[in-house]
Amino acid sequence: MTISHHPGEELLLDYVAGSLAETWSLAVATHLALCPMCRRTVSELEAVGGELVSAVAPVPVEDDLYDSIVAATNAAHEDSVSSRPVADSSGPNPILPEPLRSYLGGDVDSLEWRRLGLGAHQLPIPTGDELTTARLLRIPAGRPVPTHSHGGLELTLVLSGAFSDSTGTYGRGDLQEADESIDHQPQAALGEDCICLAVTDAPLRFKSLGARMVQPLIGI
Amino acid sequence: MFETAINSNAATFGGSMVGKDPKWDRFDADGPKRNPATTNVKTERAVTSVDPDQTSKSMSDLLVRVGDQDQDAFRAVFDYFAPRLKAFLMGQGTSPQMAEEVVQETMVKIWRKADQYDPARAAASTWIFTIARNMRIDHLRKSNRPEPDMNDPAFIPDPEPLATEAISQAQDSAQLYAAMAELSEDQRAVLKLAYFEEKAHPEIADALGIPLGTVKSRIRLALKNIRSRIGDSE
Ligand SMILES: [Zn+2]
Repeated sequence: MTISHHPGEELLLDYVAGSLAETWSLAVATHLALCPMCRRTVSELEAVGGELVSAVAPVPVEDDLYDSIVAATNAAHEDSVSSRPVADSSGPNPILPEPLRSYLGGDVDSLEWRRLGLGAHQLPIPTGDELTTARLLRIPAGRPVPTHSHGGLELTLVLSGAFSDSTGTYGRGDLQEADESIDHQPQAALGEDCICLAVTDAPLRFKSLGARMVQPLIGI
Repeated sequence: MFETAINSNAATFGGSMVGKDPKWDRFDADGPKRNPATTNVKTERAVTSVDPDQTSKSMSDLLVRVGDQDQDAFRAVFDYFAPRLKAFLMGQGTSPQMAEEVVQETMVKIWRKADQYDPARAAASTWIFTIARNMRIDHLRKSNRPEPDMNDPAFIPDPEPLATEAISQAQDSAQLYAAMAELSEDQRAVLKLAYFEEKAHPEIADALGIPLGTVKSRIRLALKNIRSRIGDSE
């Protein structure tokens, strides 16, 4: 279960700098939960950020800022950590790592999947980011992954099973970065359903999977 | 949202100053030297005259003391970092008032969480950078920043060697600083824009007037050079 497909360094840099929108960050963070190697890169990039902060020429702060801070540290505070409920970890080996599991409210067995046609299922994932769409896909073993038309970047993170396309085979933890220039026809591997997180920068418009299946897949 | 911020700071921090950026004197050998007497930051005395390694070490020590609720240490951390965090946040197009609010929230968080700071894992500046970044996302974007949870049973822990050779330790800070000082102007410029202006790469390309592909290759090269300098195999 070695991960062989990692997010590009640019994506990690944007995640570290805080400029990556929530939905993309969800895919990156979930990959990080499974990938010590990329976590190390993230640590390095954070150290670079720390050096940049240290190196900046300081801008004087208001005279009363320190007192306000001390007052605030003395005030009672409610721990306003997150509004999202913490998901029950469903058993000792959940398929969905954090932070993804909390976004869905539980592990794969507890989800109310929606049918997508021909055995495929999907589940939209609510985030605070309206410009992108995240969903969980479950593709029956051996079937094509429903691809779709979109104008830009697409991240696919495999959580269970595997899929293959012209660019390689993707198993648990592998992250595929694709854009419209890649004409890939992913297909779930035999043996096990493929569950993956798919993030796109536009609302997903799946072509009717039924229509796709009876037509040649080229050019849709 | 940040590109709409039109204030004097955003102007001085815009694309024109890339290259000879007076705010970056610490890295720019031929730039104006920061004069502690004019910075108007009182307790900078403790740290301005020492080398980066010493600063990093003493900041780590101070942060550990903050973890024990040491108010003097907290004041020293504030004196060093608050004006820098303010500059950092203003570089991202945040107004001075808003920047101070985020600085305040960051400092409060530092006070409350410093007992979790582990100097063996991260330099003080690294730890504080991550808190400030998260507070900025909280404050300005009102959105979540998804992060892995190392206590999650699905989390794959670091293999031992990785954990011990993490470069983000305080004692490696000087090495990292030296590596960054050695970058070319071009490479440093793209890094600054990526971290400080929350710019997407196409916007960096616009700001610098260079093709997107060049931005990407400069970022890649900058990070590669840093890696090779800090003795990390690619
Ligand atoms: Zn990875």
